[in-house]
Amino acid sequence: MLRIPCPFCGERDYTEFAFWGDASFPRPADPQELSDSEWSEHLFHRDNPAGQYLEYWHHALGCRGWFIIQRDTRTHLISPVCRGGEGRS
Amino acid sequence: MSRYSLATLARHAWRSNAHWPEALPERPLKPSYDAVIVGAGGHGLAAAWYLASQHGMTNIAVVDKGWLGGGNVARNTTIVRSNYFHPARRAMTNRALELWRGLSQELNYNVMFSPRGIINLAHSSSQMDDLARRGNAMMVDGVGAELLSVEDIRRRVPILDTDPQARHPIVGGMVQHEAGTARHDAVAWGYARAAMALGVDIFQNCEVTGIETREGRVESVNTGRGRIATPRLALCAAGGTSHLARMVGLTMPLENHLLQACVTEPVKPVLDCIVTHGVHNFYISQTDKGELVLGGDIDGYNNATSVGDPRTFEEIARVCLSLFPGFEQLRVMRTWGGVVDMSMDGSPILSHTSIDGLYVNAGWCYGGFKATPAAGEVLAAMIATDTTPSLAAEFGLDRFTTGAVVSEEGHGPRPWMYH
Repeated sequence: MLRIPCPFCGERDYTEFAFWGDASFPRPADPQELSDSEWSEHLFHRDNPAGQYLEYWHHALGCRGWFIIQRDTRTHLISPVCRGGEGRS
Repeated sequence: MSRYSLATLARHAWRSNAHWPEALPERPLKPSYDAVIVGAGGHGLAAAWYLASQHGMTNIAVVDKGWLGGGNVARNTTIVRSNYFHPARRAMTNRALELWRGLSQELNYNVMFSPRGIINLAHSSSQMDDLARRGNAMMVDGVGAELLSVEDIRRRVPILDTDPQARHPIVGGMVQHEAGTARHDAVAWGYARAAMALGVDIFQNCEVTGIETREGRVESVNTGRGRIATPRLALCAAGGTSHLARMVGLTMPLENHLLQACVTEPVKPVLDCIVTHGVHNFYISQTDKGELVLGGDIDGYNNATSVGDPRTFEEIARVCLSLFPGFEQLRVMRTWGGVVDMSMDGSPILSHTSIDGLYVNAGWCYGGFKATPAAGEVLAAMIATDTTPSLAAEFGLDRFTTGAVVSEEGHGPRPWMYH
């Protein structure tokens, strides 16, 4: 089973967590200023890599903290994590 | 290529079955084709067949990185149905159902389509209301649906635990009698054989390594076996669509996730229809060999491999036993996974792209198999005429810009939540 290293609680089974998707891009500072296609790009279009992937996890059945991990979608090896939105590349 | 018939069967039996011609003979790669389809799975091969049989385009190549029918057409749970609420999804799968009925005859290949019915269970009165709403929507389109009482279900599927004290008490359900199963591998083989008989070339172990465009038009595709010049290129490679689209600088509204399934050891006939759970995502049917085929949710996090998380099986088994306690002693014989293209609204993409001559058939999520004939037919029409067939009108890529997403479940842009 995939084990997720929660930066607050340590490593736990992934069933304690809610997966919340791609964390590789920030939310646009001012969505009102975006064209429809730019907004679509942000909302729907994904790099979808086979490899290193930044993703949000929410420790829903634990401390309820949010954090980002980097996981390889081919091997599921996980690199160091950051809390909340800190340290997003 | 000879037709399969009772006469050929007898003739070859008379000759000790030693002289059957090779079903898929290897052919040399030509330097150019009128259209190239990437992906020798159900959808790609179906598109090739309909291009050849309905549009007279026979100078076509289907290329695949792996072997024929080795992707998701070999990995699904063989269910064919059209019990969708959304009109566009229902229309597409219903067209598929029409084609499924005559497919074995059309292809001269037994795809073993078996319209045994699918029962969606309900475990609460609100779920019954929801099924009634869905059934009504289906019947407006002439798709048969029938609400079932617990008593009806007990009669139809005696092995289900219909006890009111069950873990998930069943309060009723809905059946689509015309739904069923088909032999998934035979679908790929049948389409391939029929298409090849009309002149389509199929190349296995032929990975696409690049796509060349000129002035916004597809010009050629580079493969492990060499360059193929073509004005029309269709991507039918579930799990690989984002990768292929990246070759021409497009990002897709897709994510790759892993869907698993398993079969038990074969047993005598106990289940003559498909049953789906109303609370958990779970579906089960019995093959003609007697194995029970079970499936559930995707693993829940992006995955580029076909190796899944064992937890999904625990859940499938647990849910299965809550409905069928009698299956407790059955052993699981085989498990497997397939990488699916989960789209951002849970609905497929059958679309032109910003590159002329590049067409995308992707994002079928869990539900590609049932739509195989229709997806192939629609894609063939799109390739042959360079227009958008009416069945594909709502499945264009532009819906993610206009906001007209086709979201039956309404989870927003969270592909891991769709089914």
